[in-house]
Amino acid sequence: MNNFIVALVGYAVVFLGIVLLMIVVTIIGKFFSAKAKKAAPAPVVTPVEEAPVPAAPTAPGSAGELKLHDVEPKTAAMLMAIVADKLGKPLNELRFISIKEVK
Amino acid sequence: MEILYQNLSNIELQHVIMWVIGGILIYLAIAKEMEPTLLLPMGFGAILVNLPIAEADSGVQAVIDFLFKIGIDSHELFPLLLFVGIGAMIDFEPLLTNPKLMLFGAAAQFGIFFTLLMASFFFPELKDAASIAIIGAADGPTSIFVAGQLQSNYIGAIMVAAYSYMALVPLVQPPIIKLCTTKKERLIRMPYKGKKVSKLTKILFPIVVTVIVALVAPDAVALIGFLMFGNLIRECGVLNSLSDTAQNVLANLITIFLGITIAARMKAEDFLQWQTLLIMGLGLVAFIVDTFGGIMLAKIMNLFSKEKINPMIGAAGISAFPMSARVVHKLGLEEDSSNFLLMHSIGVNVSGQIASVIAGGLILALVKGILGM
Repeated sequence: MNNFIVALVGYAVVFLGIVLLMIVVTIIGKFFSAKAKKAAPAPVVTPVEEAPVPAAPTAPGSAGELKLHDVEPKTAAMLMAIVADKLGKPLNELRFISIKEVK
Repeated sequence: MEILYQNLSNIELQHVIMWVIGGILIYLAIAKEMEPTLLLPMGFGAILVNLPIAEADSGVQAVIDFLFKIGIDSHELFPLLLFVGIGAMIDFEPLLTNPKLMLFGAAAQFGIFFTLLMASFFFPELKDAASIAIIGAADGPTSIFVAGQLQSNYIGAIMVAAYSYMALVPLVQPPIIKLCTTKKERLIRMPYKGKKVSKLTKILFPIVVTVIVALVAPDAVALIGFLMFGNLIRECGVLNSLSDTAQNVLANLITIFLGITIAARMKAEDFLQWQTLLIMGLGLVAFIVDTFGGIMLAKIMNLFSKEKINPMIGAAGISAFPMSARVVHKLGLEEDSSNFLLMHSIGVNVSGQIASVIAGGLILALVKGILGM
């Protein structure tokens, strides 16, 4: 009977704890993203002197650090997954700086 | 002349069996690359502590016993220090971009509690049943911590089972995932919305998690505290050298000693019991039911959700990090070579790490409370 109580209460409380965490993390995330949006300076209209150079697109999940040159984000994601797999290292331990198609 | 052959006469069959077991662990580590960082030291340690030398003459035994005493027996120092390194390795960003994924981490702890009930049929002492059940946490340090705190009689077998099954995740999980899901479900695509997570959120996360877990499961504070301390070092941005040391030097050093220290509980007389086989079997049950639990939650959520979830990601809720996430990603690619589930499965996988620590702390609190420890 003790074991049954431990199992039942334990599983229920794990869920409770995780739900609590989920709520707090969601609130924190929303609070700071709203704050960041507010803090962002309003765009200032300035006379165009020269055409801005378009930034290379970034790959999904790269936190904006990976520059893609003539490579589709989908292809880049696949390449990163393959490299991580071949190296036997998780993706979050690798840092890709740029991916360029060699023509 | 007697001194030259006296040790030969001390050899017993049980020593030879332990050498074979040690040899198998070393083989799996080297030839199959299954958790080599732990299985190799454990395998060598199993041979080392089962040499036919009288204990009084063996300095080796004394050193390994000492390591066990300071590293595991006394406040579980080694697993806790290892958690600092693991915390520094984990990037919680995929989880922070989609906190809903945390639920799968909780669901995939089902194996722990199911195995607790199963184990109680074979192991009358609650402390043993609970320690065996925690193999389902799929987390070596948590298993050692709980089994050590509860002073289980089977700590050696529990450690071997925990680390062996973590290594076997790529073999254990795929058939269960395929059995529990249809091809149509495995083909579900989940676009990754790579939202930017602010640095402040990443810094606050380990602190908030520590406080909340302390409120929910006070006995897990040591584990979660050290895990999140490692993560804070990583995310703060001003301690890159410490983060690097924790991820590499500290984690590697502790792993070397942890593996060989575990062998202190692999002496033939403790290890060669029918219960060891039973524990290995129950450990497998725990992993299977964990996988089932995570997948089932995804299926249930799909009944109510507009945005369908690929149920396979639920399986990554076991905290075997990052093997489980990789397994799910690979299975996704097998079904559809352009379906990338890695970011989702990593998010679920790291939530499993947190949930397994909470589960371990709760088991500790409840069992200690019942047993009056």
